[in-house]
Amino acid sequence: MAHLSEAAVKQINEIIDRYVNENTPLMMILSDIQKEFGYIPLEVQELVSERTGIPVAEIYGVVTFYSFFSLQPKGKYVIGCCLGTACYVKGAQQVIDKFSELLGINPGETTKDGLFTIDALRCIGACGIAPAVSINGKVYPKVAVSAVKGIIDEYKALGGVN
Amino acid sequence: MSKINIKIEGVPYQVEEGLTILEAAKQCGYEIPSLCAFNHGECSLASCRVCLVEATGARGLVASCVYPVAEGMEITISSPKATAARRVSVELLLSNHNRNCQECDKNGKCELLHVAKITGAKEDAFAGEKTPATFDALTPTIKRDTSKCVLCGRCIERCKNAHGIGILGFENRGFKTIVAPAENRSFINSPCIMCGQCINVCPTGALMEVSEIEKVDAAMKAGKYVVVQTAPAVRAALGEEFGMPVGTPVTGKMVAALRRLGFKKVFDTDFGADLTIMEEAAELLSRIKNGGTLPMITSCSPGWVNYAEYYYPDQLDHLSSCKSPHEMFGAILKNYYAQKVGVNPEDMYVVSIMPCSCKKYEKGRPEMESNGYRDVDAVLTTRELAKLIKRSGIKFNKLPDEDYDTDIVHDYSGAGVIFGVTGGVMEAALRTAYFALTGKEREGVVFKEVRGFESIREAEFDLNGQKIKVAVTSGMKGAKVLLDQIRAGKSPYTFIEIMGCPGGCINGGGQPYVREVFLPDEADDIMDTYVAKRANALYSEDERQTVRQSHNNPQIKALYEEFLGEPNSHKAHELLHTTYNKNRERFN
Repeated sequence: MAHLSEAAVKQINEIIDRYVNENTPLMMILSDIQKEFGYIPLEVQELVSERTGIPVAEIYGVVTFYSFFSLQPKGKYVIGCCLGTACYVKGAQQVIDKFSELLGINPGETTKDGLFTIDALRCIGACGIAPAVSINGKVYPKVAVSAVKGIIDEYKALGGVN
Repeated sequence: MSKINIKIEGVPYQVEEGLTILEAAKQCGYEIPSLCAFNHGECSLASCRVCLVEATGARGLVASCVYPVAEGMEITISSPKATAARRVSVELLLSNHNRNCQECDKNGKCELLHVAKITGAKEDAFAGEKTPATFDALTPTIKRDTSKCVLCGRCIERCKNAHGIGILGFENRGFKTIVAPAENRSFINSPCIMCGQCINVCPTGALMEVSEIEKVDAAMKAGKYVVVQTAPAVRAALGEEFGMPVGTPVTGKMVAALRRLGFKKVFDTDFGADLTIMEEAAELLSRIKNGGTLPMITSCSPGWVNYAEYYYPDQLDHLSSCKSPHEMFGAILKNYYAQKVGVNPEDMYVVSIMPCSCKKYEKGRPEMESNGYRDVDAVLTTRELAKLIKRSGIKFNKLPDEDYDTDIVHDYSGAGVIFGVTGGVMEAALRTAYFALTGKEREGVVFKEVRGFESIREAEFDLNGQKIKVAVTSGMKGAKVLLDQIRAGKSPYTFIEIMGCPGGCINGGGQPYVREVFLPDEADDIMDTYVAKRANALYSEDERQTVRQSHNNPQIKALYEEFLGEPNSHKAHELLHTTYNKNRERFN
């Protein structure tokens, strides 16, 4: 627990306390931590393990199984490119490749300035507007490869401002 | 439980309700090929799909290891659909398997090869990419090779069931799934106690002990004075490797084989066990008399010591300071025996044959040396000894029974023999403590209260007005209960025996693999009975011994008179006692 700040430990303990009466609290705890902190590093998993008695290996298994959970901090803007069947046949692969090319990172990675993360998503249920891209909850319909640069610029203009 | 009517292959049977198809079929005399299922549902993830059968009332084929029987169910094992499905399941497993079988240590005891043979699976029916593999051989005890892993999950379950620890888990997803400690670390960077139970349950060569056969070969070749000692539990199981019924004691043949393998002297670790009892009983009585830390806990099992250091570093004062028997014996061999027989201790090379994989780690601990000499130089498991014997062309089953070398460190008592069973160290210590406190031998040597296989057993004894409450456990689940009591200041016990592996050393991480499919001649369900059968092999040897208490071993008496002085003397402490590390990095 060497790397966790006291405040973080307190916050994580509070999250765990919410689910003390649940039979299988792990998913709920991890989900809340992911939402609060944006990622779930091993130190946090160790803390969850200590509190719940669930082995670290098991927690690590859950975190690495679901793409919703992340071991690394994510960027300020998480570009979720849907690669579900409908989006894929409508050219989603080319769209995600373009994001990768322009940002210089692979899917799953984060830019050095901490601004962008590219995530390859399974179907997000927006097949009618394929190929779809979702950035921090905002959905872009029928994204053409040529539109990618404009989308990136839009967020670059916002920059690190909250 | 009520009986229900089913049909297997058209033949009617009555079986208990609630059984899985696999278990029911087994009781009716059928072996449905299966791989991931283990030990009556200890592992029942149904992940391998090798045990598919047809069953009426079910949609499609069902995994017989988890699907329960129902009234009127008709089960078909041999239909073309079921046999083809089972074959394809195995072929898919083989397609992602490192098939260098001839050099795999598991060859001959591989369950994947067994089901491949039965189902008629083709080796490269599905060619293609393989999951990126991890090979971890950084610990001195366990190596992990994910290219051989079939993702059955048995090791994960065993670690949790036996110890409540859970070092291993499934990681990642889909094609990239592997079984590993968190972050796919080495065992050495995880709080693994190295007991080797995961090795014992692995169906393939994915988890194996780190072999030291080559080290022993090199020592022999270099002309070292190579001596060997054998732990009690080895004799109770070695015969299984040569087709003998489980529980056949093979002390005589084992000694004969070791002599033919070129060891200069063949000794019994039981001498060391007797020595341990002298030291441990004296330590216990001194703690009682002088208000030392109680309860005192045994320290023979290196898996348990690892657990204590990792998980209860604040309670290490409770551990006896005694080294384990083979380390004590090693220290005596190099610091007393060598001088006696005129061998330079530097030229002496001590090999321990152990039922344990963790002893490989223990012998390398910094504390395990005396006067600059490693107490023990190499540790071979029971399985490795069997390999060595087979390699050398010795027909084990035809060997005559021979006795250990008659020497000044040769005698052993029945108390030393039962060290290999859970409760044995406790019983051996009580036999000697009784004598020390009362000045006479207890009528009826056996302390049957501490025998058995329940997770935690307790008993109370009156030793000359001195009431002693004791507890015995094996497996870290029980240890956790007892240690939590101690931590909370509520432990009612004076003396506790803890062994790492469930059942004690006879079920250690270096013992022969027990699989029903490889032991077709065993009359009963061998998974239920092998621990007790091996235990009986040791208890019966105890009964055959004329000397059954450690303090009555004449050579132990002589050793104290001539060399050590008395138990817990300064010299004894130098050679036979150890310390523990409360600062072991906890990792996760």
